[in-house]
Amino acid sequence: MNRVGIVIVSHSPKVAEGAADMVRQMVGDEVPLAWCGGDPAGNLGTSVEHILKAIDAAWSDAGVAILVDLGGAETNSEMAVEMLPPERQAKVVVCNAPIVEGAVIAATEASGGSSLDIVRRTAEELSPQ
Amino acid sequence: MERGVELRRVLVAALAATIDRHAEELTSLDQAIGDGDHGLNMKRGFEAVAADIEALSLKPWPDFLKGVGMTLVMKVGGASGPLFGTLFMTLGKELPAEPTGGDVVPALRAAIVAVQARGKAEAGHKTLLDVLIPVVEQLESGNLSLDGLADTARRASEATKPLKAIRGRASFLGERSIGHMDPGARSSALMIAAVADVLKEVA
Repeated sequence: MNRVGIVIVSHSPKVAEGAADMVRQMVGDEVPLAWCGGDPAGNLGTSVEHILKAIDAAWSDAGVAILVDLGGAETNSEMAVEMLPPERQAKVVVCNAPIVEGAVIAATEASGGSSLDIVRRTAEELSPQ
Repeated sequence: MERGVELRRVLVAALAATIDRHAEELTSLDQAIGDGDHGLNMKRGFEAVAADIEALSLKPWPDFLKGVGMTLVMKVGGASGPLFGTLFMTLGKELPAEPTGGDVVPALRAAIVAVQARGKAEAGHKTLLDVLIPVVEQLESGNLSLDGLADTARRASEATKPLKAIRGRASFLGERSIGHMDPGARSSALMIAAVADVLKEVA
């Protein structure tokens, strides 16, 4: 089954890796998963280049859901999505959800084979309306 | 054509120099209401642009501007990379290969609309838009004075002090963001002053 991939983008590589560890332990290995964190110089921040690589690593024909922490991670992720080839752009979404809980719930949904839209909506139910 | 190459080279050098000169100031503005990396991030971005100055300046205006924008996106990090990168990339998309003065104003307006969409911000949110919008409005009104432009940009950046941040990291501070100049507004004003200085030389 083609499962939706999950990408975790944090300002901190430790946060991103930790969240990915939790996904692996709680959901398992059948969901494509990648993470990145840190700016191009290796300080706290995010990097479009690293996000593009992570999307590639977690790529699935079912699509990729990105979970982010603070503002710059969101802006950089949206920028990265726009830089993808057009046929891929429509298959990647940035979820408006808390990064850790969002990643776990999105991966749980993805592991059951749900569509990208449902994966995103399930993660976004965690956000206050 | 040769003139264009030289102008592009001088513009890049002037932008990189002003960001470098003010990097500490930008960082301390950002320490007050953000995460304190704006000066360093911008410096890294423009150093990368300047390092590529020979190849970049040989490209026609649209590709040159897209190249500058793409380098900023990749190297700056933080939200400023995509924001300033989008500004330059959209200018490159909008301008013809041999732009005239009349092409610049609508291209700048389109670039500002793109930055607005990228950052999901509006005028008055205490961002770089609070400098860029008054500058383009002055140009649209037909006032093309370069000194006036730099002045408008500087005053507009000062005018972000009393604003309460709505977007970006500074918005977490709410009321406490009041009283500090927005770092992105300051770097925008610096860049506009640098461009105006270069254009005065060639005019």
